[in-house]
Amino acid sequence: MKYFILIVACCVFNMTYSQKCNSKFSGEIHDFHDGTPIVGATVYIESIDKYAISDIDGKFSLENVCDGSLAVVIEHVACETKQLNVKISGDTFRVINLEHHIEELKEIKLKGNSTPKLMKTSQETVLKTDVIERYSSLSLGDALKQISGVSSINTGNSIVKPVINGLHGSRIVVMTNGVRLQDQEWGIEHAPNIDLNTAGSINVIKGANALAYGGDAIGGVIVIKPSNISLKDSLYGKTIVSGQTNGRGFSLSSSLIKTYKKGWYVGAQGSTKRYGDFEAPDYNLTNTGLNSKGFSVDAGYKTFEQGFDVYYSYLNNEIAILRSSHIGNVEDLVNAINNQQPLVVNDFSYDINAPRQDVTHQIFKSNLYKRFKKFGRLELQYDFQNNQRFEFDIRVGDDRDKPAIDLTLKTHTIRTELKLDSKSNVTYSFGVNAGYQNNFANPDTGVRRLIPDYDRYDAGIFTIANYRMNDKINLDFGLRYDFNRIDAKKFYQTSRWEERRYDDDFGDIVIDDLGTQLLTNPVFDYHNVSASAGIEYQMDETNSFIFNYGLSNRAPNPSELFSDGLHHSAARIELGDLRIKQETSNRVSGTYSHSGNSLNFNLEAFYNHIGDYIFIEPTGTEQTIRGAFPVWSYGQTNAALFGLDLTSRYKFNERWSFSNKSSLIKGRDLDFERALIDMPSFKSVNILGYSNEKWLSFNSELQSELVLRQNDFPNNNFEVFIPSTGQMVLVDISTPPPAYHLLHFQSDITLNISTKTDLNIGLNVTNILNRSYREYLNRLRYFADDLGRNVMLQLKLNY
Amino acid sequence: MKTIKKTNTMKTFKKISILFLATLVFSACSSDDDSPIPVNEEEVITTLTAEFTPVGGGSTITLRSRDLDGDGPNPPVITVSGPFAVSTTYNGRLIILNETETPAEIINSEIEEEDDEHQFFFQATNGIGTFNYVDFDGDGNPLGLAFTMTTSQSAATGRLTITLRHEPNKDAAGVSEGDITNAGGETDIQASFSVMVQ
Repeated sequence: MKYFILIVACCVFNMTYSQKCNSKFSGEIHDFHDGTPIVGATVYIESIDKYAISDIDGKFSLENVCDGSLAVVIEHVACETKQLNVKISGDTFRVINLEHHIEELKEIKLKGNSTPKLMKTSQETVLKTDVIERYSSLSLGDALKQISGVSSINTGNSIVKPVINGLHGSRIVVMTNGVRLQDQEWGIEHAPNIDLNTAGSINVIKGANALAYGGDAIGGVIVIKPSNISLKDSLYGKTIVSGQTNGRGFSLSSSLIKTYKKGWYVGAQGSTKRYGDFEAPDYNLTNTGLNSKGFSVDAGYKTFEQGFDVYYSYLNNEIAILRSSHIGNVEDLVNAINNQQPLVVNDFSYDINAPRQDVTHQIFKSNLYKRFKKFGRLELQYDFQNNQRFEFDIRVGDDRDKPAIDLTLKTHTIRTELKLDSKSNVTYSFGVNAGYQNNFANPDTGVRRLIPDYDRYDAGIFTIANYRMNDKINLDFGLRYDFNRIDAKKFYQTSRWEERRYDDDFGDIVIDDLGTQLLTNPVFDYHNVSASAGIEYQMDETNSFIFNYGLSNRAPNPSELFSDGLHHSAARIELGDLRIKQETSNRVSGTYSHSGNSLNFNLEAFYNHIGDYIFIEPTGTEQTIRGAFPVWSYGQTNAALFGLDLTSRYKFNERWSFSNKSSLIKGRDLDFERALIDMPSFKSVNILGYSNEKWLSFNSELQSELVLRQNDFPNNNFEVFIPSTGQMVLVDISTPPPAYHLLHFQSDITLNISTKTDLNIGLNVTNILNRSYREYLNRLRYFADDLGRNVMLQLKLNY
Repeated sequence: MKTIKKTNTMKTFKKISILFLATLVFSACSSDDDSPIPVNEEEVITTLTAEFTPVGGGSTITLRSRDLDGDGPNPPVITVSGPFAVSTTYNGRLIILNETETPAEIINSEIEEEDDEHQFFFQATNGIGTFNYVDFDGDGNPLGLAFTMTTSQSAATGRLTITLRHEPNKDAAGVSEGDITNAGGETDIQASFSVMVQ
């Protein structure tokens, strides 16, 4: 009976309302800060499940809306989600101001869709689609170097590992489409397996404050996100083709996305790159070609309230490594260093010969989310990654075509995150993740395993709070705990086991004695606590400050623990150490931002104290029948890294502008009072820009890149006896190369072919003056110069 | 009726969950047992033996460098059987072994098969001897598994170094005469012996 009355009451209620449900609710959405219209914002009326999307002028309208008070949610990728109560009586017009993120106001003003910062109180920079597209034919590392404070450590020009404030490898977390990349990132010659063409935006967060992604990102976090999908009936895509003179190659990337107003979408993307031998100004860099193929597919359903996504990506990179860098022993190294040019210089070729890498990375991801009214958003995700790495050395006889390294790394991760954002000034996030990883080193290589077979178990839990105290102050707090267990099965040469004195400390982990080899079962557990706190203070319209603190711990990676053996490509014996503990970073940083009418700048300072900092450096030589080899050992020390990063831009008028990006970093070994090895040198980039909308949206930039010589380096040079000359010779593996200055030019125009199609034509010239130079952080600097002049033509078609 | 059905469902659910747990435990246990197999390092060279037989008779002199742990920490063990005689020509031959296998694998044939990609170099300090190649590859360039050495006319001590280069540039200046300076390539063996001529 009770129910009956209720049902009747509802019907009556509905009927009364349906009679007055022909009002029109329209309006305009503006940026709170500068009043510009906001494009692509979603206006959602929860009670009747209706959407509208703001157009190019920020306008929207919803037909057949009932009179009365309506709860409206306005959402935009670059803005705070806003909830409003609107009183509708007849046709109603409202102007709605949205809080655009502060980041939008500085740097490049962007047309079209934009990307917010992930964390308000961190040192964070966003690379947008147009910048990423310019690097379509290059690598992730090359694109990220545009950010002040981000550099790279290279093996040649195709293997580019990003370095954030002096830290790289396992100290950087790379998130791609919500998945934490697990691709043997511990290896210095292992570039991230990312196809830059899958990225719509890239956020780089310096330091370990982004705890949602991991507690061990002492260097920082790189978050790569696909282009945002909007809720409308549409079919769109883009194709980028580029050809270049250096490497005589091309790259091609194409994507197509179909979206439906109801929220369904499906998309696919593919790209390929092919280059032959690159050229230094004076000679061919024999065997430096590249062959890359990748594709991804994505489908799902997305609304404000719920959605799911299924994603798969495949990327294969075949990379040739400079022939002359493959050497035999320390005498060959001395010869290479003393020779002004590489020992092997052949005619141009597209062949990819040994030494080479062949790496395939696959990602499968599925996730779903649901938003609960007046509560928050719950997200669940599972992902699987398979990384297959082959490395081919120069070998003889039957082994010629056999890989010297054959590793398969499989990673499963599940994670869930609950975000409570019903209150306008406080957001809480809670997350849990668990992962299992298995590494398999194929014994068929006929070479002792560089990295052993292992199982790894990870579990993490975190909580993050964001408070918006008032219009001026934002606060972030985060706390995270991680557990890691690594369970390995590793063979040691008995002689190495004894030389390392492992029999004293680790006698109990030997499970089999094969005479010359021992099979061991090291199992290590690590407990890591990380925390972060940050404050953003918006002093006035143009000036703001950020201060933050981050505590993080990183467990040693398999390479730091288990490396043992000869690395041919570097002619060195690399030794890990089972005694290595986790490292602990305490980082404080401050940022001052100014965004005026003509002058914008962003000055970031940081101090990072890393207790038990893990690093590798030369520690001596060992004699073998091949001759002597330098030994590089992993060790730990207390270290401090500190520096300044400046990004500034001055607009003379609508057309002319001048920018500067500079970064200075110092790394100190506190225990031994000396410099740290492999720290980026001072770099300053000055850019003169000219744009003119009237000339087919013409943009151009002349860039001057100045890199000074690194004068702070540990002297690890050593003397070695060269039998063939009977002399002691100094092996200079420490002295950094001299300073260099390069000029680059880039320009582009845009042609509107039809209302929905435009063609962008870009011309880029790098190293215009064809200068010969070597970079301290390129591991092949002993063997050859860096790249000479390159002219690249790029066509970009948006449809 | 309803309750019975419910109990049955519960039972099935329980069974499935037990089965699931058992699978987990089983797989966890089984993975513990499969130990990786050791890698028998291929193309390892542990031992270089150089035998010098005097032309016209006399005692053979043997130089040996043996490094049983490969790129392990132990240095190679170097042995020299005795002094060379002055003004004597020796027929020399090299034997290259991988002694990590039993019986030891003789690497000579592998080098002979790819003779155009390999060359030995012989260097002596203090003028204790001069060397000539005896064996050649298909292009008429020297290989060096067989060679002759003529010792100095007066007594001396010095250092004899034998180097094997892989993929040297055999056409570079002096390389076919045994000068290593311009050879390039990468070093596969380098053994240095302290010897006496008396």
